[in-house]
Amino acid sequence: MSAAPQKAKAGAEKIDVTVSAVVPLNELVTRFEFKAKDGRDLPTFSAGAHTVVQMNDQGRTRLNPYSIMSDPADTSHYAISVRRDDEGRGGSLFMHRNVKVGDEMTITFPVNLFSLDLRARKQVFIAGGIGITPFMAMIAQMERLGGQWELHYSVRTEALGTYVQELSYKHPGKVHVYYDDQSQAIALEDLLDGQPLGTNVYVCGPKGMIDWVHATASAAGWPDANVHSEEFTKPQPGKPFQVRLCKSDKVIDVGEHESLLEAIERSGVEAPFLCRGGACGQCETDVVSFDGDFIHRDHWLDDDQHANGSKIMPCVSRFVGKSLELDR
Amino acid sequence: MTIQFNEETFRDDYSFHNSDWAIKRFPFPFHEDSYMYAVNMEQHRGGPEGSVYEKRFDVDEHYVSEMRDRAMVLADDPLRCQSLPHMTLAGWDLLELIMVSKSEDYPDLFELHRNGNQWRWVNKPLGIDDTFTFLDETTLPYGPMEYITRQAQGDFCVLDQRDDMLWMDAGMVTTQADWSLDFDIGMNFFEWHAPVPLAHEMGIFKRALKFLLNIQQGAPARRLNWTMTVNPLLDTSPENYHKWGIQKTTLTPENIGAKQHLRVELQTFFRLPRSNALVFPIRCYLCSFQDLMTMPKWGRRLHRVVRDLPEELATYKGFIDNRPMMLDYLSQFDDGLPTSRGVWPDLDTEPALKKSS
Ligand code: HEM
Ligand code: FES
Repeated sequence: MSAAPQKAKAGAEKIDVTVSAVVPLNELVTRFEFKAKDGRDLPTFSAGAHTVVQMNDQGRTRLNPYSIMSDPADTSHYAISVRRDDEGRGGSLFMHRNVKVGDEMTITFPVNLFSLDLRARKQVFIAGGIGITPFMAMIAQMERLGGQWELHYSVRTEALGTYVQELSYKHPGKVHVYYDDQSQAIALEDLLDGQPLGTNVYVCGPKGMIDWVHATASAAGWPDANVHSEEFTKPQPGKPFQVRLCKSDKVIDVGEHESLLEAIERSGVEAPFLCRGGACGQCETDVVSFDGDFIHRDHWLDDDQHANGSKIMPCVSRFVGKSLELDR
Repeated sequence: MTIQFNEETFRDDYSFHNSDWAIKRFPFPFHEDSYMYAVNMEQHRGGPEGSVYEKRFDVDEHYVSEMRDRAMVLADDPLRCQSLPHMTLAGWDLLELIMVSKSEDYPDLFELHRNGNQWRWVNKPLGIDDTFTFLDETTLPYGPMEYITRQAQGDFCVLDQRDDMLWMDAGMVTTQADWSLDFDIGMNFFEWHAPVPLAHEMGIFKRALKFLLNIQQGAPARRLNWTMTVNPLLDTSPENYHKWGIQKTTLTPENIGAKQHLRVELQTFFRLPRSNALVFPIRCYLCSFQDLMTMPKWGRRLHRVVRDLPEELATYKGFIDNRPMMLDYLSQFDDGLPTSRGVWPDLDTEPALKKSS
């Protein structure tokens, strides 16, 4: 405690916005644009940042993180692109089905867990599918700074190549597109081999792609610090389970389609969070006792902590078993 | 209110002084009768009206004189301001943060007029009226960080964030408590904190770093730190230890009330939006023992804190040799009555000093 203590607020600061555009891009992906409700500029952000969009889905609050893809130099609006996930918990379906121009929504201040290393001599971006979004902002920023970059972008088909045309048109020579259905693949080893010293690599896409880039770069002798990735682990649906919150003396039920963090919040208990994606560490919670198995899905705790069941990250992780007691 | 700026010095004749207003709002750092290191971070979103916590960047009666002192330090030693090449964008972020905050928080003193990237900055206390192009270094007389921190009280460390670590890659440091930017430049959070006793073992730095890495835009944080300084010196740097170190031996029972100062740092943390760097302003407030003693609660408490402070801390903070003399002086202001919780002087409710006969 120090001088003039104030109660800590949970999560990042929020911004009230109005949906200013809804642009379907292809069968699966739609772009949404937001402007500040009060008409002022939105906060400045750095490329790679995401915002958490709050959705009010028939009384249930959904909070999904999306990379801000618009140009960081233009804060008159933010743009995100959302891929419809028919199997997921419904956040993307809600965006696609319910959100219209003029709707009022709440988003958080930008948070950057995937920022550019500005010391890099050159930036190499590797995107898979909807993983293109953070790179849209990074490319805008690199163009403005006059830095060296190139993009390698893998998509399923031409029809699903979100922003492929725009990117190829604006940056011929820097943008390389690979189509799965034409059996094209990124020649990663050669690509890494040809880079000048001091190059940084950034990858965003499916988990398999991220692991592949890390493993290949590591085998080629790249320092870990020069290879950056961002993977939002979406909270996955799972079997309902029950938890006792010791400090608040409450027993809560975590439903199939909500995260443990959402269930804690729903019960009126304040819990810290930032990224809601298992990456920032803010929601780390001590386990008091348990009888069962954890489904850890975060990127924050180390293997020992995962194995011994001393902590859980309620934004993404779940539990199956007889009983779980948390220090919350 | 408009601020009356003091005409004063922080060297040679030491004419620095605090008005009654400044004493009352002094950030007394002890919320209880003892002190130990802790992860004492809280949100920096305002505070009681008139307090040093109210504004994002506090401006007080010492502003003009402090900026003059900074210019003198820089003229003698340009290495007090350094910025590694990749930190220029963070410098612009900082310039924007300070200009926007000050012009919004003190509209009578500072004005910012923006028309796209054409900016006009008016700093009335320092008589500055400059027009420049945002993000174009050639349009300013100094780099962006140096330009704006020559106009802002307190030191500034600008930390690059990479690999889940903070790196001291830029800074303006002329009012520091015995550490050196030139020595620390390029170091990481654990390296530059290496000289601090006890806190590493207590796990404080590990937890503090986790917190700092997570500081988000729009949600700044703050903490207090403190030490002791003989004479109201801003520049207590290792580079100049030969000049100020010996002044510690000039304390006498007669002059200690006027010469011995409690030095408090209001440290804040802001995420910078374009660079994703973190800026760490360290604002230094000085108050003489005799001025502090005008608040009965502070007198009682300071005596107890200094008396019971672990030896390692008193040594690290550089006053172990003078501690007995300080205690002789301070004990006169401790009548043994209990003190109220919290840092505020509580003048209306705390009893006056009971004179021992
Ligand atoms: C990124 C921001 C920070 C910077 C740039 C910074 C810098 C420094 C420096 C340069 C010193 C002097 C070390 C020496 O003796 O050479 C110091 C001391 C110290 N720092 Fe930090 N610090 C930061 C954040 C923090 C935080 C968040 C804590 C939280 C607990 C902390 C706790 C301390 C403590 C306890 C000392 C010893 C101070 C004393 O006893 O006088 N620092 N810091
Ligand atoms: S909220 Fe970021 S790890 Fe859980």
